[in-house]
Amino acid sequence: MTRVTSIASNTFREAVRDRVLYNLIGFALLMMAASLLVGQISLGVERNVVINLGLTAVSLFGLVIAIFIGIGLVSKEIEKKTLYTILSRPVRRWEFILGKFGGLVATLVVNTFFMAIGIFAALFYLAHHFQKADAYLLVALYFVILQFVMITALALLFSSFSSPLLSAVFAFAVFIIGTFAQDLRGFAAMTHGAVGWLAVAAAYIVPNFAALNVIASVAHDQPVAGSLIFYNSLYALLYSAAVVAGAMLIFEHRNLK
Amino acid sequence: MLAIETFGLEKTYTVGFWRKRPRCALRPLNLAVEEGEVFGYLGPNGAGKTTTLKLLMGLMFPTAGSAKILGLEISNPRVKAQIGFLPEQPYFYDYLTARELLEYYAQLSGVEARARSSRVAAVLERVGLADVSGVQLRKFSKGMLQRVGIAQAILHDPKVVFLDEPMSGLDPIGRREVRDLIESLKQEGKTVFFSTHILSDAEALCDRVAILHKGELRGIGVIADLTSSVRGKVEVMWQGGSIPPGIRSLGGECHLTGEMARCIIAEEQLDSAIDAVRRASLKLVSVTPVRATLEDYFVEKLSPAEAIAK
Repeated sequence: MTRVTSIASNTFREAVRDRVLYNLIGFALLMMAASLLVGQISLGVERNVVINLGLTAVSLFGLVIAIFIGIGLVSKEIEKKTLYTILSRPVRRWEFILGKFGGLVATLVVNTFFMAIGIFAALFYLAHHFQKADAYLLVALYFVILQFVMITALALLFSSFSSPLLSAVFAFAVFIIGTFAQDLRGFAAMTHGAVGWLAVAAAYIVPNFAALNVIASVAHDQPVAGSLIFYNSLYALLYSAAVVAGAMLIFEHRNLK
Repeated sequence: MLAIETFGLEKTYTVGFWRKRPRCALRPLNLAVEEGEVFGYLGPNGAGKTTTLKLLMGLMFPTAGSAKILGLEISNPRVKAQIGFLPEQPYFYDYLTARELLEYYAQLSGVEARARSSRVAAVLERVGLADVSGVQLRKFSKGMLQRVGIAQAILHDPKVVFLDEPMSGLDPIGRREVRDLIESLKQEGKTVFFSTHILSDAEALCDRVAILHKGELRGIGVIADLTSSVRGKVEVMWQGGSIPPGIRSLGGECHLTGEMARCIIAEEQLDSAIDAVRRASLKLVSVTPVRATLEDYFVEKLSPAEAIAK
């Protein structure tokens, strides 16, 4: 396990020392500032606008980081041959994949933490105090992190067999399809025969990001059901574990030319 | 115990997009390297040297055959703790300092936490990078990166060290330092397996060499034995200011300097050459055997004519 944590902490260190990451955080903070401005010109719905914009910005910036760093996690290491000096040590290939995954997830969690501070600071600025409904934001942020975990796993999977460009295309495509997963499931329920089977298969293969999006209800101060938190956590955990296991399986048999 | 053994180790790639076809990178390779040996793995670019090293490091999987390092199958994870590897033209995480990189590698190699710092410091000192240990690798020159590469390969005190073109990109002083380092590793009883196409380095350092060409092992042995197997050549020198047609027809390498002429020919052509000199009434001055070098052996093993004959 030491090797996995070493690889994870090095992945985290790489992201922290990467200037692109700093720029994204800075840009995200700018978005927070913009949300404050919009809040001031939206009479009576400032809180709603700040939460909506804030959580959407956290989600989008995290998504960009997850995909753009995720797609290079393996392919960049192969391309630059840095992997050769890692795998010639007593490091198993699955440990490398798990460490890389853990490192990027840790980066995203830390990133989300700082962005969350920005949203709470903005809300405090508007109301001059915190309220009970602010706690619902934590659930929404937790769901956003679950999305990051799933999209990181997918980016890693694509990175384990494809080029960075194709991996990015695949990851974005899956994210977009996953955002409309509920519609896809609705379509699957309406169709029959071979098309129906295909639609059902597609609906269950793509990640259901729609179920993890509670931004609108949280923005309207509506609580999130405990059962949803439980099932979403279980779903994200199992889905990510299956995808990471797939990445490990592919990478385990890959020739590093 | 043998340090490295390969049993019919073979690698074939599939190339082409639509019409896939096999390309053999390494033909069945049978090799045995003794413990404590410095073993040179020679061959021109594209010979299959790096492929062999990648197979031994577990970075690639063989199409057929197997290999053992220190008596253990290469797929055995315990092997990796006892080997060090320097890839060709290494690239490291350039956002790290030399010390951070080596500490990271030490963690991965299982070096105990309490010994880690002292071990890293000692290795940095050994490769002459102690003064720049806190500098990010992106500011390092190619030669300095090569030293970092060597440092990471010997960091965990491995029993077998694999070096892929360790002298590549180094200036003469850097090359000398790497040679000294390989010699010191030998004195410590380590096995060093290194690939190179710089024959003078191999000649100076290796106990034994193997020559690889087009994925095929063309020769293996002690350098002295290999070079003695090269068809002998002799230099014939005479006085008279001309090169007789009888010598020219032998196809040797002839030079005329004023009154003195010399020609390097194959040993079995010596009688014909002497006859030609006498027939032309020239004065024979000397007949000297030419010592074969590793380069001669290398060229002979790689020559197209030889390959066709094979």
